[in-house]
Amino acid sequence: MAGFLARRFLGFVATLLATAIIVFVALEILPGDPAAVMLGVTATPETIAALRTDLGLDQPAVLRFFLWLKGLATADLGESYAYRVPVAGLIGERLAVTLPLTLMAMGLSTAIGIPIGTYAASKAGKLADRLAMGLAELVLSIPNFWFGILFVLLFAVTLNWLPAGGFPGWEVGFGPAFAALLLPAVALALPQAAIIARLTRSSVLEALAEDWVLTARSKGLSRRATLYRHVLRNALVPVVTILGLQFSYLIAGTILIENVFSLPGLGRLIFQAIGQHDIIVVKDLVVLFAGLVVAVNFAVDLLYGIIDPRLKRERRR
Amino acid sequence: MSETASPLIAVDRLAVSFGDPARPLAAVRQVSFTLAPGGTLGIVGESGSGKSMTARALIGLLPESARVSGTVAFDGRDLLANRERDWEAVRGRQIGMVFQEPMTALNPAHRIGDQIAEGLIHHHLLDRRAARAEALRLIERVGIARGRERIDAYPHELSGGQRQRVMIAMALACKPSLLIADEPTSALDVTIQAQIVELLSELRAEYGLALIVISHDLGVIADLTERTLILYGGRVMEEGGTSALFRAPAHPYTRGLLAARPGRHKAKGEHLDAIPGNVPAIADFPPGCPFFGRCTDGTERCRLQVPPPVAVGDSLARCWFPQGQASGGQA
Repeated sequence: MAGFLARRFLGFVATLLATAIIVFVALEILPGDPAAVMLGVTATPETIAALRTDLGLDQPAVLRFFLWLKGLATADLGESYAYRVPVAGLIGERLAVTLPLTLMAMGLSTAIGIPIGTYAASKAGKLADRLAMGLAELVLSIPNFWFGILFVLLFAVTLNWLPAGGFPGWEVGFGPAFAALLLPAVALALPQAAIIARLTRSSVLEALAEDWVLTARSKGLSRRATLYRHVLRNALVPVVTILGLQFSYLIAGTILIENVFSLPGLGRLIFQAIGQHDIIVVKDLVVLFAGLVVAVNFAVDLLYGIIDPRLKRERRR
Repeated sequence: MSETASPLIAVDRLAVSFGDPARPLAAVRQVSFTLAPGGTLGIVGESGSGKSMTARALIGLLPESARVSGTVAFDGRDLLANRERDWEAVRGRQIGMVFQEPMTALNPAHRIGDQIAEGLIHHHLLDRRAARAEALRLIERVGIARGRERIDAYPHELSGGQRQRVMIAMALACKPSLLIADEPTSALDVTIQAQIVELLSELRAEYGLALIVISHDLGVIADLTERTLILYGGRVMEEGGTSALFRAPAHPYTRGLLAARPGRHKAKGEHLDAIPGNVPAIADFPPGCPFFGRCTDGTERCRLQVPPPVAVGDSLARCWFPQGQASGGQA
């Protein structure tokens, strides 16, 4: 187990390093000078040059890369060009929006997708199955920001149950903050729930054809008990894999959804930072997102061992 | 038949078919037999003979698309009239089943002790703790060493033979009165096969079990059963006392099976006689005797008419030309 953790940690560091190099190089190549953008069209070359010196942009790229890397390693993420405040602070307050949002979306997509997929599999070929899978198809083919807009129209504008957008902050209490995140989380979760439902259905159907299903039934277990006690657990391995991958889609999804709902989250931050050429924020966020995705997939790997004991043994080797 | 007045299980004209009801594909046709409490029966056949479908019909686990008719009277009650809930009370509790493939018949994600105890808990025979103690006793009884460690093992940590022992322990956990073993040794090494046969034989005596063994392995059938049914194309070809049947087979198919067996009675240098041809697809069986086409004695009558059972010695053969009466010679 210690060897496994050490290997995974090295992989984690390597992934972050590769991400850092790629994002740094990409932003170097892209046209646009942050100093020029910040100062606007009326700026003189002299004031731009002065600001470049001030931001440290006049130093060679390689040196800037290593300074940035050293900063990352010591949790010093630098200072935003646009806001002149530490990036760590910016990210910290927005993480309090985006992290609960994505986790809620993940929880919702699982809570909706797995039961629907299981139910559809247990009614395979029947009307309920076709309806469920038709619905999943439909949901999958609609972009999540469109759901967001429809939800705002229905639940916020027409029914007036939930806020149409904005975020009051966690300090006003759990209830209002949770209510603000609910619609965007559902909008984010629905397409993912459809994917999980379809995958769960096919995975359950595959497991239902296994010999040990007949064994369980031969002991006197009902179809239902066999499904829940024997089949589901075996069917969840591919589903958990998708949960890990899904996290990166959700992070990407927040960029649109946070804009639709005017949420002050990381997605909106990176969107604005790109527009303002606040490249230090962009770089830091990309590395942070990569780190989050790797961390979630690591958690998924740990889950495998709990679900399927055969995988646990393979991991120990 | 020499069964006692009240058989444990009496199967009468059991039929299983699939597909379009207007043109059904019959997997099992008119199979009848009885078995006394504590009695033993072998069902022999090649793959596709309908033997596994017969077994699955006896515990109500046929594929959903199957249609079944006839009667299966168990303790005087017709199981085929069962609703699903009634079946659940029979399975595992009154009829236990051991499947062919120990590698895949155990749930890979559950500990073997839990899988053995599950039936006991499900049928409300024991509470969780007592069921675990009983599982341990069974694990040791079926010959798995270091049971106290093995009870928490997962199937992939056991050998094929050990897994089949677990299957047997599972099937016997609730002390059923009938055990159906579907090819219990076919997936195992020869040395392990002998041990499993020995174990089944011991446990049968110990539990007073009635036993139905389904196999294509005539050796296993000979070791474990008193009576035997030879199945081909879903029909019973011949039935009788196992030793008499094997000594003096009357049906050409039984003779073919015995001749094709790599046995110790073969003279050195003599080659095995394979039955010519292959088992046809269900739809391609002739209206008469299913063995027509592969039988060396087949006539037009065999092709068109189902032969009635004919007593030959102590056996019943469904053949127009059983041993001794066949003209022989023509191909």
